[in-house]
Amino acid sequence: MASQTVPHHHADETLQHHFANPEQQKDASTIGMWVFLLTEIMFFGGLFLAYFAYRQAYPVAFASASNKTNLWIGATNTTVLICSSLTMALAVHAASMGKKKLLMLFLTATLILGGVFLSVKGYEYHDKWVHHEVPGYHFDCEGCQDAGHTPLFFSLYFGMTGLHAMHMLIGFVILIVLLVQAKKGKYNEKWYTPVEMFGLYWHFVDIIWIFLFPLLYLIDRSGRGLS
Amino acid sequence: MITAPPQVAEPKNYLNAETGLKSWLLTKDHKRIAILYLIVVSLFFALGGIFAGLIRMELATPAGDLFDSNTYNKVFTMHGIIMVFFFLIPSIPAVLGNFFLPMMIGAKDLAFPRINLLSWYIYLLGGAFTLYVLLAGGVDTGWTFYTPFSSSYSNGYVVAAGLGIFINGFSSILTGLNFIVTTHRMRAPGMTWFRLPLFVWSMYATSAIMVLGTPVIAVTLFLLVLERGLHIGFFDPAYGGDPVLFQHLFWFYSHPAVYIMILPSMGVVSEVISTFSSKKPFGYTFIAFSSLAIAVFGFLVWGHHLFVSGQSIYAGLVFSVLSYIVAIPSAIKVFNWTATMYKGQVRMETPMLYAIGFIGLFTIGGLTGVVLASLGMDVHLTDTYFVIAHFHYVMVGGALLGYLSGLHFWWPKMTGRMYSDVWSKVSAVLVFAGFNLTFGPQFLLGYMGMPRRYHVYPPEFQVLNVLSSAGASILGIGLILPAMYLTWSLKYGAKASANPWGATGLEWQTSSPPIAENFEVTPVVTHEAYDYSTVQEVVHIG
Amino acid sequence: MSEHAEHHIVPKRVYFLVFFALIVLTWVTTLVSTIDLGSLNIYVALSIAIFKASLVALFFMHVKYGTRLTKMIVMCGLYWLLLLLFIAMADLWTRGWMGVPGR
Repeated sequence: MASQTVPHHHADETLQHHFANPEQQKDASTIGMWVFLLTEIMFFGGLFLAYFAYRQAYPVAFASASNKTNLWIGATNTTVLICSSLTMALAVHAASMGKKKLLMLFLTATLILGGVFLSVKGYEYHDKWVHHEVPGYHFDCEGCQDAGHTPLFFSLYFGMTGLHAMHMLIGFVILIVLLVQAKKGKYNEKWYTPVEMFGLYWHFVDIIWIFLFPLLYLIDRSGRGLS
Repeated sequence: MITAPPQVAEPKNYLNAETGLKSWLLTKDHKRIAILYLIVVSLFFALGGIFAGLIRMELATPAGDLFDSNTYNKVFTMHGIIMVFFFLIPSIPAVLGNFFLPMMIGAKDLAFPRINLLSWYIYLLGGAFTLYVLLAGGVDTGWTFYTPFSSSYSNGYVVAAGLGIFINGFSSILTGLNFIVTTHRMRAPGMTWFRLPLFVWSMYATSAIMVLGTPVIAVTLFLLVLERGLHIGFFDPAYGGDPVLFQHLFWFYSHPAVYIMILPSMGVVSEVISTFSSKKPFGYTFIAFSSLAIAVFGFLVWGHHLFVSGQSIYAGLVFSVLSYIVAIPSAIKVFNWTATMYKGQVRMETPMLYAIGFIGLFTIGGLTGVVLASLGMDVHLTDTYFVIAHFHYVMVGGALLGYLSGLHFWWPKMTGRMYSDVWSKVSAVLVFAGFNLTFGPQFLLGYMGMPRRYHVYPPEFQVLNVLSSAGASILGIGLILPAMYLTWSLKYGAKASANPWGATGLEWQTSSPPIAENFEVTPVVTHEAYDYSTVQEVVHIG
Repeated sequence: MSEHAEHHIVPKRVYFLVFFALIVLTWVTTLVSTIDLGSLNIYVALSIAIFKASLVALFFMHVKYGTRLTKMIVMCGLYWLLLLLFIAMADLWTRGWMGVPGR
């Protein structure tokens, strides 16, 4: 299995010396990225625990505070992010077919959609700031039931979406790097590992949001008063 | 006497393959990175040891005559943080694991050499934050950072300390990630899972814990930093925050962390006991699977740190039972090691002295852990010196002795030099005796009720405390000596042959020190592990 | 002696189907949240989220076409996450069960 086989021409420059062949290298990269995503699951997991713990303890405060978020903005933003996941998947697909222009197109689309998501998030944060819904800074949850416990919801709101946004920002930077590399013709159907690995990362960030949206925006939207 | 084979020029090995500071600081060679880690880990160990010395100096008398209570809080906090995060967790994986995992599986390097180097720099960055905390005035929360003291009331440098540990955690995560991918995908032809040295199994299990647990403490410290820095309020009781939630999040990592500290030592002990008994490990499969079992079960018991914190009693009962169960795989290992020695040709070289010491001291530490696992007993013993004695028996008597064993075992391979037989054995005896004198009395102190983290105590406890402090000085000497004779050996030690101990394993089939690529030709493995029939007769090296 | 990932190219059609499902489910979960289902609301929302996440993982992230090791890593992630959540929550859920003298 491990042999000094005739190296593939294209993969030559990209095959690192400690790997026996390109398949082993690609395989190792894939597993490495998945193990990293494993750590990300546990990283966000701690926040999810805090969320469930406090929602269970103060359901009325959480429902009341959650209603302060804008349902339709949240749903639209979720849609935007899912679109970016599609464009990213299509980017990886284009790379696997060696289609450089299409790859660049889809990477750009992902970048733009990601940018829209972050801009909307920024607008939402600003809105919260203006309405005194940031804990620790003249906090006042207007019209909220069990208002004394609502800072916990907002702490988690900012903590969880903030961490998510930070991950998207990092993704942003990497996307730009990928675009530059793609323009230079670094990727082809034989080697496009960075694009694929980034795709995994981007989809994962999307999955986090898939959970954040219902947990933060959709508590007791029927107005019943209890979740 | 073994003499080095005649040679014309100094043969090329990983140490002299390239010269210059840049070739070290920008290296991708896992062996060089291991040496880089060895240097910084040793420095942090010395620093943590100084704080230990200060603690024992204060506790030699019942009055608080050396430090006031605030300063004492900072001293034991720094001791804990440095020892746990900057020594115990990285030591064996980053030094011995980095050096030998690729060699043991027949690979040229780890899967991601640049990430390996990055993990060293991240360690340094985390260390820099911690040193900043030290110089700026310290942190007084204990290494456990319990809220709401740490989040709302402490006047120490909690944010910087939290950030330092947060950053250091990524070093751990990257090391674990690298090891996992390497073990899965970089094994040489013929190196099946069950032909792997047991050290590799223990590294793999350790890496699984690193990867799964460290992110949780990372996010916990992240939340703590946010709360303290931005007053956002996750644990603030004023908003209904739950301090016990912090404890859950903290111990979800910190309990498995102790298995990160002990599993590698167990791996070393498996190698050393086998080598110096010239016998393959008894129950290889049991030892391999017990490593995985410890990694898995280790995540199910963290609530035993919360027995008196206000946790639900039902949860406490379940955690208590699980804590008993987690002792079983470790006990299996102890039986296997002793069975390996039985009817083996036991040679009492220095690594073996440390390994045998490990078995005894780890057993005591482990059994006292089972005592603490009992909810009823723990109510009385928690936060007393009994707990301190327990974890020092497993961490020092166990993890540290395993590290020293491994260091002495693989030193000839890593450096190409033999160290002084006499001085190393003297040190081992001093360490063993000093350690027991330091921590043995602490079981009694705890049982009698002396609380931990106090700088003063009732006069009736003084005798035992003085014995403990005396033991600490002996232990200190025993630990300073290796720093001296090992360093001395680099220049003046006898040149080591490829396999001075008569061990099995691919790393012993290379030169000492190895060449940069590890192997001239990728090895093909055709026989089971620990096949001593293929090893040449061992000549004792004086 | 490791298994290699097949170089499987997922047809674009699959991506579009998954995308369509994700969009529909997003709006379903949004609309359902406005209906009062009592304590069921959170379970419905989480179930839909889990299903959506599974679609992304299986198809966008190629887990369905991946190696056994990839699937094992994903399973481990889920298992450990659930471990963290359930065991810690078990403490919070059961704290009120046994009356403590004086409380």
